[in-house]
Amino acid sequence: MAAQAQPRTLFDKIWASHVVAELSGGVSLLAIDRHLMHDLEAGAIIKRIADRGLKPHNPELTFGVPDHAVATDPRRRANSTPNSERLLREMKEGSDAFGITYFDLDTEGQGIVHVIGPELGLSQPGMTIVCADSHTCTHGGLGALSFGIGATEVAHVLATQTLRQTKPKTMRINLNGKVAAGVTAKDLILATIGKIGTGAGRGHAVEYAGDAVRAMTVDERLTVCNLSIELGAKIGMIAPDDTTFEFLAGRRYAPQGDMFERALTYWRGLPTDEDGRFDVEHSIDVNKVAPQVTWGTSPQDVIAVDSRIPDPSRETDPQRRKAMEAALAYMGLAPGAAIEGTPIDWVFIGSCTNGRLSDIREAARIVAGRKVAPNVRAWVVPGSEATQRAAEREGLDKVFLSAGFEWRKSGCSMCAGVNGDIIAPGQRSVSTTNRNFVGRQGPNARTHLASPVMAAAAALAGCIADARKIG
Amino acid sequence: MEKFTQLSAGAAPLMRPNIDTDTIIPVKRLIGYQRHELGAFALEPYRFRPDGSENPDFVLNQPRYRGAKILITAENFGCGSSRESAVWALMAYGFRCIIAPGFGDIFHNNAFQNGLLPIRLPREEVDRIAEELAGAPSPAMTVDLHSCTIATPAGRTVAFEIDGERRQALLEGRDEIAMTLLRDADITAFQIHDRVARPWIYQTAPRAPAAS
Repeated sequence: MAAQAQPRTLFDKIWASHVVAELSGGVSLLAIDRHLMHDLEAGAIIKRIADRGLKPHNPELTFGVPDHAVATDPRRRANSTPNSERLLREMKEGSDAFGITYFDLDTEGQGIVHVIGPELGLSQPGMTIVCADSHTCTHGGLGALSFGIGATEVAHVLATQTLRQTKPKTMRINLNGKVAAGVTAKDLILATIGKIGTGAGRGHAVEYAGDAVRAMTVDERLTVCNLSIELGAKIGMIAPDDTTFEFLAGRRYAPQGDMFERALTYWRGLPTDEDGRFDVEHSIDVNKVAPQVTWGTSPQDVIAVDSRIPDPSRETDPQRRKAMEAALAYMGLAPGAAIEGTPIDWVFIGSCTNGRLSDIREAARIVAGRKVAPNVRAWVVPGSEATQRAAEREGLDKVFLSAGFEWRKSGCSMCAGVNGDIIAPGQRSVSTTNRNFVGRQGPNARTHLASPVMAAAAALAGCIADARKIG
Repeated sequence: MEKFTQLSAGAAPLMRPNIDTDTIIPVKRLIGYQRHELGAFALEPYRFRPDGSENPDFVLNQPRYRGAKILITAENFGCGSSRESAVWALMAYGFRCIIAPGFGDIFHNNAFQNGLLPIRLPREEVDRIAEELAGAPSPAMTVDLHSCTIATPAGRTVAFEIDGERRQALLEGRDEIAMTLLRDADITAFQIHDRVARPWIYQTAPRAPAAS
């Protein structure tokens, strides 16, 4: 009885309500509410399960969508890239055979898996959600416990609708203060990673809290949670509130009518209790955060746009110093130089981090009536077919096209580097994506992570630019 | 899954922090190759120069470390993408054990699914083992999962910890799916109860899409 009186966190509540069995050594068998599949491995995994003579335990709880390998050319077909024809065919055939819902190209359900989950109302508060993609933490923005898994775990979920997991520790990151003009949710989470480091969240489920989080839209919360894996946490989450519930009401796969009211009563009980305790807490003073841009090859290599590139010779840890030197050499940057004004070749606006309608609107506000700089190629890749259609209804496609941007079809595009959309060796990009790793956007491509308004500003200026001076 | 019990083998130090899974296996190698073929591309950006020739400065290309089965590395190894191919590539190259101060969470799980043993030790201990390797005439060591100990190149014994369930699964080379299928009664009982408590989770028929 005493245990029930203990204050619990959002994470504790969702975890406890999904334990099917406690196994030995601190491992739990957890029930999985939603399993999302993408095109890169779905067909192969379904085949492996079928070859073992196994069937999906709950096919109605798995949903599949092609995103990683698809072309984003406006005239694309399933066979537009060398890989996608086979991958999409095998995924569709496997999904049909298993009774799994598949959102095909050119339908409103298609898009980046972490964009369509929330958009369709498939992702809901209190759920366990998994997908063979590390950015599955995105769905935590709705108050779900969601995380990325590997291929063998995917097979485990399909066959049993459960996973064996070790319970992580808990971390709360408090974002308090007032966000300055021109500063976005992307800047807040990049600044957080810069402060606490890309490994800080390892082994933890992170909850983001504080008045700056409460003031965020759902899209902004999804952006924050999306980057949890870049601070090492495979789980990031935000307590659901009226903003969340209003977002979900009426969506295609959200509960309807009386069932929505029942779900709502349940969802309202999910937020962390007052005095809920976390193993680790961090606080970020939001007032002081400026627009961010990365300079290196890890998301923690990030600085304010108006500051200077750090000098490895001042770093005391020899491993870290060597990593910084290697990053600067790869990026072709000099220590101590201003990052603002660095000439660029590419701008990419899209991805599961920043490919939502609000991101596209924000970028369009900067771009409207202006032109992309000569020698810069700039793309907008909407995060989903529905996002694209909604943006086109608002005329945003024309804003970008008349400025000299390309307006493309939804998919992972230049964030995944596996669909033909890549940046040439040595070229420099400002991208609204999540990883500036070596080779991530193409062999020897140089990636600077930033927000959609910063990317838009860079496209216009032809160099890394401070969006506050343009907007 | 491959069993892991005891391993006496060559070891190599790769002391860079935050080696991500894009570096362990580049995304262009994820399609069109069988698992056993991925060894040729493990740590490809480090092992090869842009022209495709071997990089002689890279530690794994040095004669004394060729054929190593144990990798000693730095903080946050395997961060980034969830690709299980990162584990498959390292195993196809020949690695069976990775020792680091910490691992990416998803990589850590994926390693256990395949019989690649990830050992966490304090950074000072990992750094010391790396120094011992560099100074040893023959860089080799022993990892024993029965006793959960390492015999370092200098002959010291170092203990490590592994979750009980996972240790047992590795020792026996267990298939987790087969083990969980034996618990189907538990899963069914959970769902019967849960369908009453949270019926909306299981009602996944969509409402008609809005006209557009």
